[in-house]
Amino acid sequence: MSRPVQYNTNVKIVEIPEGYSGEGFLATSFDKAIGLARKNSIWPMPFATSCCGIEFMATLAATYDLARFGSERMAFTPRQCDLLIVAGTIAKKMAPVLRQVYLQMAEPRWVMAVGACASSGGIFDSYSVLQGIDQVIPVDVYVPGCPPRPEMIIDGVLRIQDLVANESLRRRNSDQYKALLASYNIQ
Amino acid sequence: MSEHINLPEGSIEKQTTTVNLGPTHPATHGVFQNIIELDGEVVVSAEATVGYIHRAFEKIAERRPYTQIQPLTDRLNYCSAPINNMGWLITVEKLCGIKLPKRVDYLRVIIMELSRIADHIICNAIIVADTGALTPFTYFMQLRELAYEIFEEVCGSRLTTNIGRFGGFERNFSAVAWDKIDQFIERFPPALKEFETLCNRNRIFMERTQGCGPISAERALSYSFTGPNLRAAGVDYDVRVASPYSSYEDFEFNIPVGTTGDVYDRFMVRNGEMHESLSILKQAVAKIKALEEADPSVKDVYYSTEAKHLHLPEKPDVYTKMEALIYHFKIVMGELEVPSGEVYHSVEGGNGEVGYYLISDGGRTPYRLHFRRPCFIYYQAYPEIIKGSMLSDAVITMSSLNLIAGEMDA
Amino acid sequence: MALTNERIKERLIEKFGGEITGMEEPYGMLTFTVPAAMNLKVMQFLFDDAELNFRFLTDLTGANFPDRKGEELSVVYHLHNLQANVRIRMKVFVPVEKPDVFSATAVFAGANWMERETFDFYGLNFVGHPNLKRILNVDEMDYFPMRKEFPLEDQSRTDKDDEMFGRGGSQF
Repeated sequence: MSRPVQYNTNVKIVEIPEGYSGEGFLATSFDKAIGLARKNSIWPMPFATSCCGIEFMATLAATYDLARFGSERMAFTPRQCDLLIVAGTIAKKMAPVLRQVYLQMAEPRWVMAVGACASSGGIFDSYSVLQGIDQVIPVDVYVPGCPPRPEMIIDGVLRIQDLVANESLRRRNSDQYKALLASYNIQ
Repeated sequence: MSEHINLPEGSIEKQTTTVNLGPTHPATHGVFQNIIELDGEVVVSAEATVGYIHRAFEKIAERRPYTQIQPLTDRLNYCSAPINNMGWLITVEKLCGIKLPKRVDYLRVIIMELSRIADHIICNAIIVADTGALTPFTYFMQLRELAYEIFEEVCGSRLTTNIGRFGGFERNFSAVAWDKIDQFIERFPPALKEFETLCNRNRIFMERTQGCGPISAERALSYSFTGPNLRAAGVDYDVRVASPYSSYEDFEFNIPVGTTGDVYDRFMVRNGEMHESLSILKQAVAKIKALEEADPSVKDVYYSTEAKHLHLPEKPDVYTKMEALIYHFKIVMGELEVPSGEVYHSVEGGNGEVGYYLISDGGRTPYRLHFRRPCFIYYQAYPEIIKGSMLSDAVITMSSLNLIAGEMDA
Repeated sequence: MALTNERIKERLIEKFGGEITGMEEPYGMLTFTVPAAMNLKVMQFLFDDAELNFRFLTDLTGANFPDRKGEELSVVYHLHNLQANVRIRMKVFVPVEKPDVFSATAVFAGANWMERETFDFYGLNFVGHPNLKRILNVDEMDYFPMRKEFPLEDQSRTDKDDEMFGRGGSQF
């Protein structure tokens, strides 16, 4: 006996941005339309080093599925990703590698620091651990925890989505952004 | 024409290509680097470099009191963190000469075997994912979620558990935990069977992995291999049998052993170990039930009374008895009474013999603590193993060795 | 006849006499000290001898005892006889001015990285090692961090307040 077909009618649909609409058209601003498109299709690059990486893998698996939020494809190369998720401890030996990966990303790019070690060095206050990745690259969202629960990682991705949706199209060329990068010695 | 093409000196005459594999892998393995010289597709030589996640555990351990070292041990082999925790607890209990009641030992066995299953789930699923079959990983990871729920019930945390305290556990296993353990025992065999049906006798998988990355037993012993990698090479050395700890001598289990030490043998050894761990789990649950039926007062025993000075006392006692208050204060402040001496103890972790060499001078922190980390020790054989194989075989050999970066660099 | 600690002691004293010192058995594991120049001889003897048969190097590590003048650095070998299931611990002490120890890579292939790690942490010079360079720390590091005189934390960090962690700088 086969199961009767069940259609999922409880699908969350994103709201239309405000604008002037008419018969078969909607006029809105670029910011809103592009922001909406970008935020629901962020392709992250997992830069998973240690235990937070395993929790990140659990976030990608079926129970806490991250693909629901648009991150279906994990881009394993920085050239094709939007979001760099740094999960795990970054040692001083690894910092140049992290910086190089960040430099290879194309604008617009966002960075999420997952876990206590990536945010501030975590429990490893030692000579060989970088005390937070914001010593070498600019970070947008910090997710604390050791390791953070998958729900928290998803919350971090949702905050990134808020940032992406509300970002002005001119931000990456603005003086403020250039000054931010200059403070990290990034051209 | 060639003045605007800048090639390194001698690179046109060079017959081999240099490829850098790592430190950023596609998410799964961890941060270690291989600089491989290739002749076409065949590996001529390789150089392995590690240290990209060196967190100076041993130096940190000289600064922290004994209770604060336990969270550090979690982060060694973070896929099976409870085993590392238990290893540390048993080492310090050996130093202090504390004997544990049987029920506590069996509870520890349950937790250790559960985490061993969880570790092998990840390793086998990743081996299969690296050969290109992505589905078993997604289906099989669900069982790991069930193990996480059990850990969460007992200690509150999923992955880096900090489970157990000196002398036993921090709290007794609740009814929900026992229920979840029974659920696991029920749901794990069909899921494992599904995974096995997909992969074990799969012709494509077998042809891909057999003969790939073999190592002989003599070389493996010379390189101080332990754990599933050594057993796949044919040597049946298991710390649980050789130097039993935590009442492992009461359990009956087999040790799966391979022959050639190639990727397929390692996969099958881990597969067999999952079956054995499940059997040990069932035996432990049955033994605890038998103990409780024989003497119902045993149900409340979750730590040893010999460890009164190392284990936080019950809260009612702390508020009413002076001795308990003093012990509570001393333990929280880290002033534990530990004799001086040196002890080496090892446990069978997911990757092999995880050893703790502790030199104590009687103070609140260890004088010297060294972790014998199996991943670090057997990764040095990797260049020798992959010599002469193809690049893609080198990749699945790496994943079959189950290299966990946290354990490698400590 | 099972291999007991007494039997191992007998065989060692018979072969090497008074060179082997500091024999004790903490927690059941036979521990002895060997002069630095003889460590390879003793290890080779333990490896080759049919009765002793210590063919598995469980662990190789170092320790720093700044109070023992002339013997500040030590190398500790844990050996295991897999057939008889016996473990022993062998120690070697060297002064910090001249920390030379013969490398065990001739006997055990697994000693390679273990010695590199001990060199990285303590500065012990393993004579005869094929590739003695730093393994876990950054290559440019110019000190040996596990020695007791060096601090744990990175002294140049500015975001952590040492006072809050109970160390440094206050009136105590």
